[in-house]
Amino acid sequence: MISIFGVPGPLLFGQLSLGLINGAFYALLSLGLAVIFGMLNIINFAHGALFMLGAFASWMLLVPNTWLAMISPGLSVPDWLSLGYWPALVVAPVLVGAFGLLLERTVIRRLYKLDHLYGLLLTFGMALIIEGLARNAFGSSGMPYRTPDALQGPVNLGFMFMPKYRLWVLLAAGGMCLLTWFLIERTQLGARLRAATENPDLVQAFGVNVPRMISLTYAGGVALAAFAGVLAAPIYSVNPNMGSNFIITVFAVVVIGGMGSILGSIVTGFGLGIVEGLTKVFYPQASATVIFVVMVIVLLARPAGLFGKAA
Amino acid sequence: MGVTTVLPRTAAARPFSIFGFSSAQAVAFLLLLAAIVLAPLGIYPVFLMKVLCFALFACAFNLLIGFVGLLSFGHAAYFGMGSYVSAWTAKTLGVTPEIAILLGGLTGGLLGAAFGALAIRRQGLYFAMITLALAQMNYFFCLQAPFTGGEDGIQQVPRGDLFGLISLRSDMAMYAVTAVVFLFFFLLIHRVVHSPFGQVLKAIRENEPRATSLGYRTDDYKLIAFVLSTFIAGIAGGTKALVFGIATLTDVNYAQSGEVVLMNLLGGMGTIFGPVIGAGIIQWTENALAGYGSWVTVTQGLIFVACVLAFRRGVVGEIAALIKRPL
Amino acid sequence: MNINRRTLLGSAAAVAAGGPLVRPARAQGKPIRIGVMNDGSGPYRDIAGLASAAGVRLAVQEMADAVKAEVLYADHQNKPDVGAGIARQWFDRDGVDLIMDVNTSSVALAVNQVCKEKDRAYINTGAATADLTGPQCTPVTIHWSYDTWMLARSTGGAVVQAGGDSWYFLTADYVFGQQLQRDTTGFVTRGGGKVLGASAYPFPGTTDFSSFLISAQASGAKVLGLANAGTDTVNSIKQAAEFGLTRQMKVAALLMYLSDVHGLGLETAQGLYMTESFYWDLNERTRAFAERYRALYPTARPNMDNAGCYAGALHYLKTVKDMGVAAAQASGAATVARMKAMPTSDDAFGKARIREDGLAIFPTYLFQVKTPAESRGPWDYLKVVVTTPADQAWKPLAESGCPLVRT
Repeated sequence: MISIFGVPGPLLFGQLSLGLINGAFYALLSLGLAVIFGMLNIINFAHGALFMLGAFASWMLLVPNTWLAMISPGLSVPDWLSLGYWPALVVAPVLVGAFGLLLERTVIRRLYKLDHLYGLLLTFGMALIIEGLARNAFGSSGMPYRTPDALQGPVNLGFMFMPKYRLWVLLAAGGMCLLTWFLIERTQLGARLRAATENPDLVQAFGVNVPRMISLTYAGGVALAAFAGVLAAPIYSVNPNMGSNFIITVFAVVVIGGMGSILGSIVTGFGLGIVEGLTKVFYPQASATVIFVVMVIVLLARPAGLFGKAA
Repeated sequence: MGVTTVLPRTAAARPFSIFGFSSAQAVAFLLLLAAIVLAPLGIYPVFLMKVLCFALFACAFNLLIGFVGLLSFGHAAYFGMGSYVSAWTAKTLGVTPEIAILLGGLTGGLLGAAFGALAIRRQGLYFAMITLALAQMNYFFCLQAPFTGGEDGIQQVPRGDLFGLISLRSDMAMYAVTAVVFLFFFLLIHRVVHSPFGQVLKAIRENEPRATSLGYRTDDYKLIAFVLSTFIAGIAGGTKALVFGIATLTDVNYAQSGEVVLMNLLGGMGTIFGPVIGAGIIQWTENALAGYGSWVTVTQGLIFVACVLAFRRGVVGEIAALIKRPL
Repeated sequence: MNINRRTLLGSAAAVAAGGPLVRPARAQGKPIRIGVMNDGSGPYRDIAGLASAAGVRLAVQEMADAVKAEVLYADHQNKPDVGAGIARQWFDRDGVDLIMDVNTSSVALAVNQVCKEKDRAYINTGAATADLTGPQCTPVTIHWSYDTWMLARSTGGAVVQAGGDSWYFLTADYVFGQQLQRDTTGFVTRGGGKVLGASAYPFPGTTDFSSFLISAQASGAKVLGLANAGTDTVNSIKQAAEFGLTRQMKVAALLMYLSDVHGLGLETAQGLYMTESFYWDLNERTRAFAERYRALYPTARPNMDNAGCYAGALHYLKTVKDMGVAAAQASGAATVARMKAMPTSDDAFGKARIREDGLAIFPTYLFQVKTPAESRGPWDYLKVVVTTPADQAWKPLAESGCPLVRT
């Protein structure tokens, strides 16, 4: 058996691949934050709460009759409305994205001319409201969520038995990251978006509806968070605090990658997942702190983050 | 950062001034003084002491956000470490309360010097994020270090005898000490802000490159302000530890850092009295809503949103704008 | 799970009964006031919250003919300073005579000091720390329901008896987790079992346990001991099921409540070992109690914390009836001394007694979570595997470390 620094090879590979999968969550969440920051100049502190809403939306779509019965006995919908995991994967992000659209149109829109700080504070307040209301509605102990049948059970990777669902997370999150990157960096729509961040007036003059584009961008970023929420529901506890557990780490990822950089947040997300995974092997006590250590070091060496443009 | 541009500038010509206070400020200060003296007759003193400790913490934070334009998103680190060290020295070493509080302040200041030296090299949001990261590391340190008692915290901290002579066991005696500590540092902050040093800080807030071109070493000024702010945060934390007889992880948690921002936002950043009013309102809502579960969180969130959308100047800032005088 | 509109009404009722914190000072001959304080908004809200207040309200209702009592409720937000502040205000301003529940150890210890200082009774039913009846015990403190020692004894000792003789621990790296691991290790080795390894993970801030779970899998141990609580326990069980650990190993959650099982669902939680000192479906008396409780709190069945609130308040009110309201209001220590002298009896815990260090003594149960096929209805989740008799279930008085105990 090969061993590296006294750790058996298979165990190390196992931990590396688990780190990569956690990194997929970081990448997906920080990608949404980066898209929003890049286009709107808003640090979306409510991202964790919207991630949580995504998980709850998919839970509600899974078997609507369980929670309808809790609101009022006898209240129910036909069984075909119990969507199941796969449709929820699409419907939940769309619903939460629509909610994001509403937030942008009513509240966030008012902040564009103000300092960054106000965006941070406003969305922090929104996160408190959303999480508080969710606790009132759903309690705090979490909801059961069944892994879809097709993805139950493990696959033998040679060095470890990996649950199929984790591989699916890696695939889905990776695919979504790639798709978003492609959309923004390689299509005409993306080109317009990027142009609108640089010079909104000029793009508006060319007949593009810039405010609408910005609203949709926010909705898109929110939908990414909700998508991550649906992916997380079968493996993490579905409870109102699930987002706030993630949010600070994800902030660190965005900052390390360079705020607003799409590629930066994807690469850093996966990278830090691996770094964290390795720390769990060699010094588990530090695995929660290591990301912040990396962040301080990176910012001192490269103030704008790894992939950020110098300010 | 342009957060406080709403205030009229009055540094140059002040027709009337006592201890650097303008007439409106002097009136406000007398009202504050009267409130501090009279409040314990009607309001529960332990609650008042808590308000004063948080008010001092908020004032220390305001020194940075309001007068230097630095948003420190991890100020709980200094407040909490101050509280731990003050509690530990009072309980384990048996030092007198004034020494314990002072040691709390020194701890906050030393930690602030170390963290500040790293953080002030960056601006704006990056500064906020570095302070947050450093505070988060400090939190995990407190969780692990044996002297903090982990999640149980340091309990049964004696209030002790002031100068080894006056027992602080009674709430009124402790209240008097807390009030004196608060007033002393409140006036100190006011004095600093209105000193030539304070003018340089404001110049940095308004236009840092220009301040640099005038020959000021802006980083040094920022660091000194940062250390002063963290020192006072440590004093506030240390006092709170003695008031309640406990020091726990709550004080170093990032939620505490968020709360102090909320106090300033609500009261009015860059005003002298704003943080005090903000701290009072926040503590009052926490207390009044304690029987209503999650509604505390929802209410705090609504306050945040309302402040950002409608009253960016905060309560005191709005009043100041109304009477057209700085407060 | 509190989507129910009736819960909201229930909460309004609790608030109406308790009211906000500020109340005029008490005049002569006022009723007994019981303050229930716990996490009403954070992660432990479903375990305690208004469910515990409902337990106390039930006891007050049942004793209404004998003693007039009122219930107040407050959320300590898991902040020790908030908890200590509320306690002081309750005693100094609102004339509260007894504080109950107080989950979260740090807040529990802070409130403990205030109660001692003010000589008012304190029945803790929600905190895990064994210090409440150990080094930090006071003449006014009673600890009801559970503590870390009892959890370790029941789960550690009884699982070994049931054949689980090699263990791997997944431990939250802070005082509570470490203590639970240390105590349980003691019982495992004493019972002839072995501990093959442990993973300590940073708390809080860990959401993914998979890498520790594969280490546990590689160790070849028969039992995975979870020395953690709340969301961490739920996450680690969910992920243990995902990695197929639940098929190869027995999972023993060292601190877990019925409401956590409900949150996980039987599909995921089946086969799990856990310890509580109360379950609603143990016998006729517990079922009768659960039925009466349901009228006040319909959304969930009581767990040991909620049941402890009922039983503790009932015993307190019986004692008050015995010694007279005025005498009880005069001194918390005298009331608690009387409570220790009287044997207790209630539908939730049966006949029991309170030891001189303040620990309430009754049998404890190691449960196994039923499979979905075994469960016959809502909240039919647990079956008893081993009952530890009262005289063996708790830390021996000689080891208590409580200064009140003369040895």
